[in-house]
Amino acid sequence: MSRVEKQPTLSSSLPDAGGRFGDFGGRYVPETLTRALDELSTEYASAKADPAFQAELDQLLKSFVGRPSPLYHAKRLSAAMGGAQIWFKREDLNHTGAHKINNTLGQALLTLRMGKKRVIAETGAGQHGVASATACAHFGLPCVVYMGAEDVRRQKPNVFSMKLMGAEVRPVTSGSKTLRDAVNEAMRDWMASVEDTHYIIGSVIGPHPFPMMVRDFQSVIGRESRAQSLEIFGRLPDTIVACVGGGSNAAGMFYPFIEDAEVRLLGVEAGGLSAEPGQHASPLTHGSPGVLHGSFSYVMQDEDGQTSPVHSVSAGLDYPGVGPEHSYWKDLARVDYTECQDGAALETFDKVARSEGILPALESSHAVAKALEVAATMRSDQIVLVCLSGRGDKDAAEIARLTGRDY
Amino acid sequence: MSAIDQRFAELRAAGKKAFLPFLTAGDPSLAVTAQLLEKLSECGAAMAEVGIPYSDPIADGPVIQASYTRSLEAGIKLKDIFSMVAEVTPRLKMPLVSMASYSIIQRVGKERYVDDALKAGFSGAIVPDLLVEEAPELRGICRERDFSLIHLVTPTTPNARMLEIAKSSTGFIYFVSITGITGERNELPPGLLEKVQWLRERTELPICIGFGISRPEHIRALAPVADGLIVGSALVRRATQAATPEEAVAEVGKLARELVAAFDS
Repeated sequence: MSRVEKQPTLSSSLPDAGGRFGDFGGRYVPETLTRALDELSTEYASAKADPAFQAELDQLLKSFVGRPSPLYHAKRLSAAMGGAQIWFKREDLNHTGAHKINNTLGQALLTLRMGKKRVIAETGAGQHGVASATACAHFGLPCVVYMGAEDVRRQKPNVFSMKLMGAEVRPVTSGSKTLRDAVNEAMRDWMASVEDTHYIIGSVIGPHPFPMMVRDFQSVIGRESRAQSLEIFGRLPDTIVACVGGGSNAAGMFYPFIEDAEVRLLGVEAGGLSAEPGQHASPLTHGSPGVLHGSFSYVMQDEDGQTSPVHSVSAGLDYPGVGPEHSYWKDLARVDYTECQDGAALETFDKVARSEGILPALESSHAVAKALEVAATMRSDQIVLVCLSGRGDKDAAEIARLTGRDY
Repeated sequence: MSAIDQRFAELRAAGKKAFLPFLTAGDPSLAVTAQLLEKLSECGAAMAEVGIPYSDPIADGPVIQASYTRSLEAGIKLKDIFSMVAEVTPRLKMPLVSMASYSIIQRVGKERYVDDALKAGFSGAIVPDLLVEEAPELRGICRERDFSLIHLVTPTTPNARMLEIAKSSTGFIYFVSITGITGERNELPPGLLEKVQWLRERTELPICIGFGISRPEHIRALAPVADGLIVGSALVRRATQAATPEEAVAEVGKLARELVAAFDS
């Protein structure tokens, strides 16, 4: 039986021409942006089919990013949990320390292809900002990064890195001063600069074609993981776990496995402090379908459609929406979505640091925490693969502050 | 025929152009919004846009965004806005249009939003983040109820698409003057008059120009090609800077009179 027959409702060919993943996705933006989005769709379709574009990106991923990133067997953690073997996909080893660089290089190449002269980006934890600044420095493009003032405080090392690479960081002081407000400001900038500026959206969110395009650029994670699993294990992993804020590392990890029904896919949202409104950032777990930042997806909102406040110890997960394809996968029950609270993520950070000599990003710590729980219930011949989406150096000062340790 | 169609028919018959002020509902309070609407009606506004505050506006500049935030922080809900409109409408000589993000309409439910808005006294809606491609369902609901659904065109809209938008729009076409967000500007962009004129020759629908319009000279420059001119940030800023609600009403009235007078000068 072929995979397609096993999964008749699933299609890896989505989104459709309107940017829909089932009911989710689409384009809910001011008319001003339509022409740029149409141009981007056309240019991306042509780039995707252009072997020269793909070869240039592949070469950059190899020589500039350091891909392929390895699979790593977390032996001491596996032994401590007494269940399945835990493996990490080491996106933290990429240049700039996270998966974000996969997407920014792809979009920077598209910027050049479209003949646009300037790049804007938004960032939460700063990893996408650093990756955007890096790609822009590499290609000699001017770059402006919008970042919530609260995130600027939480992520000083990344802010400094961006500046070192010549990017201008613009703190956003409206609203909750976090990622959502940074996206609003970047969209406003784009409204006024759309003729000569490309907006490198950092996750699988936003209007079509962004969710599809970012997923495609991040799918290198899942494609490599698939090939590496077949090579190392002789089969696919039993369970794959990734954290979900906007959801780009998870989309990139899951997508190449989406038609492998035997592989369980688990997305981990930020459970924050509690399940109370405003205390977490888990739209797939606690939210409802709505429109935010250009697409229809699960969001945290009140009965009037106003976006609700969210919280996460991790600046990169502190976002009230999620990519529309995740909403589609959730409703199809192809991916299980769950949440991990701040405390468990912080504990897991320490555990991974001490057991394996790796500082995982706080975002990734959410995924590892859940992976450890799941692994403990499985057999020792089974495999749990976690996307270690980024490294935790950026979080060290914030962890010291939160846990009362010296930095 | 919606109240908006009727108003434009009257204006055209009289050879007049429309002044369309915009206000944020609930800033500084719903009671003051009602007083401001009455004042604008007295001062000769042809119709008014009532902004439904939204937590994540993308098309709005700092003045309107801040007024949305203040209104939401004061706890203003959609049902409160509809109640205020229902209460004030009988005292107005102008139709009202709601300006609402699609996030709100989708959440409340498209039919319910239109039914409740109509019941409150609104005659149409501007949905700045709803593109024509995403609008068929809402358009059908609005058409059944003779509730105008006003689409926007912008300087980046290609000509063929402008015609599509004109076909889908009812009430009027909102012609965005600039590539950017709302807010007062000193200069109007070059080529604007020609673009509006191009569309003017290809549609019967009234065309109203908005974004960046704040001064009598803007009105004098644009009135010859437009059926109406929309002023938002300048009025909201005037109201915001006033020390008291009474002063806000007086100041908004003063600016409205100046702008209305500019249509005839």
